[in-house]
Amino acid sequence: MKLKGKVHKFGKDIDTDAIIPARYLNTFDPQELARHCMEDADPEFPNKVQAGDIIVADKNFGCGSSREHAPIAIQGAQVACVIAKSFARIFYRNAINTGLPILECAAAVDAIETGDEVEVDLSNGTITNLRTGQMYQAAPFPDFMQGIMAQGGLMNYLKEKLSYQGN
Amino acid sequence: MGMTVSQKILAAHAGRDQVEAGELINCKLDVVLGNDITAPPAISEFKRLGLPRVFNKDRVVLVPDHFTPNKDIKAAEQAKILRDFAREYDINNYFEVGQMGIEHCLLPEQGLVLPGDLIIGADSHTCTYGALGAFATGVGSTDMAAGMATGEGWFKVPETIKFVYYGALPRWVSGKDLILHTIGDVGVDGARYMSMEFTGEAISALSMDGRFTMANMAIEAGGKNGIFEVDDKTIEYVQGRAKRPYRIFTSGPDATYAQIREYDVSKLEPVVAFPHLPENTKPVSEAADVSIDQVVIGSCTNGRMEDLQAAAGLLKGRKVHPELRVIIFPGTRQIYLDALRQGLIEIFVEAGAVVSTPTCGPCLGGHMGILAKGERALATTNRNFVGRMGHPESEVYLSSPAVAAASAIKGRITAPWEIK
Ligand code: SF4
Repeated sequence: MKLKGKVHKFGKDIDTDAIIPARYLNTFDPQELARHCMEDADPEFPNKVQAGDIIVADKNFGCGSSREHAPIAIQGAQVACVIAKSFARIFYRNAINTGLPILECAAAVDAIETGDEVEVDLSNGTITNLRTGQMYQAAPFPDFMQGIMAQGGLMNYLKEKLSYQGN
Repeated sequence: MGMTVSQKILAAHAGRDQVEAGELINCKLDVVLGNDITAPPAISEFKRLGLPRVFNKDRVVLVPDHFTPNKDIKAAEQAKILRDFAREYDINNYFEVGQMGIEHCLLPEQGLVLPGDLIIGADSHTCTYGALGAFATGVGSTDMAAGMATGEGWFKVPETIKFVYYGALPRWVSGKDLILHTIGDVGVDGARYMSMEFTGEAISALSMDGRFTMANMAIEAGGKNGIFEVDDKTIEYVQGRAKRPYRIFTSGPDATYAQIREYDVSKLEPVVAFPHLPENTKPVSEAADVSIDQVVIGSCTNGRMEDLQAAAGLLKGRKVHPELRVIIFPGTRQIYLDALRQGLIEIFVEAGAVVSTPTCGPCLGGHMGILAKGERALATTNRNFVGRMGHPESEVYLSSPAVAAASAIKGRITAPWEIK
């Protein structure tokens, strides 16, 4: 699957309180969360972001709390995928479990700037900066995780598995 | 290849003799936890599966602790989702306001988590239970839903970093200072995806409360879990609380470590983490003269008896500085009662502090002490991210209860030995 979108670039250690501040966690409605997505990192982000845009960030994206509201807010804002040098572990898990595409690629993060248009091929993990024509290769996901993502998240995967077992 | 204690617990729960770091495995879970923020999405996902019951109604724990007593209508609706679900699915370990405590103080206290357990919680500080020699890790709501349904979860077997602390702890240096110092050393992603194993003579000398504080903040170094050896103190703590058998695992003598880091604690002094990351640490003597508007003592990091005693020791017979507010929130109802019986609550109120019912409250900027723009707090909590306790332009500094109490008296960040 190919995605194409405009880049919003962020720094390192973007925590889940910056992605969706705790003061908005009295709901888990994606549209409502999207209105405050990335607000404490960039107050203008919820107004600027367009459907299909791509978040690019430095190391340790999504550190801090376990709130799944973080990937949900990003999906609610219709961000197509997140590319980072590395992801904090619970965010990584949550993204896979909820079906938010994420890619780890340090070289791409260094070269890509805010406003660049980028094409991502999720099937093989290639990232192309359409401004420069440069192509980068993200680390591939283990088969097991690809299986979950192909089903659109862990619950669909589980539903399939449970029905197969006759439960 | 030898396994570390974390790898052994995972292997045992996967029904395997041996696992290797990096392997993806499926494990049986002992306990699945959720709170009023993370459980509602998990419950809605769980219901999509259409199952008549959870995998084990004694092993699902629901604690409405974050925005309770309900801070607003939306929070009330979320808490009600937990309550209704607990009744409908006959969940025994649902803790209503009045019984409730901050989850990571409550579960160990109630004997719901035990040595050798594999625990997932839809809360990042689930790693706290590693103080008991359990493998406990934070996950998201979807993992919680899957865990409630199947009693199983997927894990990537982590590598382990061993942290060895030797020497005698100086007066005023607590578990909080050890863990802040460690995070300052390795950074907020220094242990990303890894197990943090805490050991050494200073750890043996540390109380259980101090160990809970340290395990609690493993996530602040990016760790998957933090874990301690089970010793006499652990057994003493667990005795009388455990209502089921438990197993003790230890790292093999030939266990493989990704890194071994050693610290001489005898040279340490209390540590303060500056905004906006827990890794921005300085010794308290270099933090002096930072003026503060609010002091918060409590949370799943430092809301236990020993923490309240340390604060009360300094506040007794003294007054909170007139230009600052002090909010104290004990971790559980039992801790609240013990503090009441020992006269600590009276000391706090006499000093001019506010004592709250157990709740996460200001720790995550929920309620009960939110900061205005430009305000500065010193807190015994675990995170000082931008906007964590209120306005995005407010600031949070992190410290031990002793430093927090000393600072409450002086109105600026103060070393405990300055209170004479
Ligand atoms: S006290 Fe703070 S860190 Fe602990 S569970 Fe509550 S919100 Fe999270």
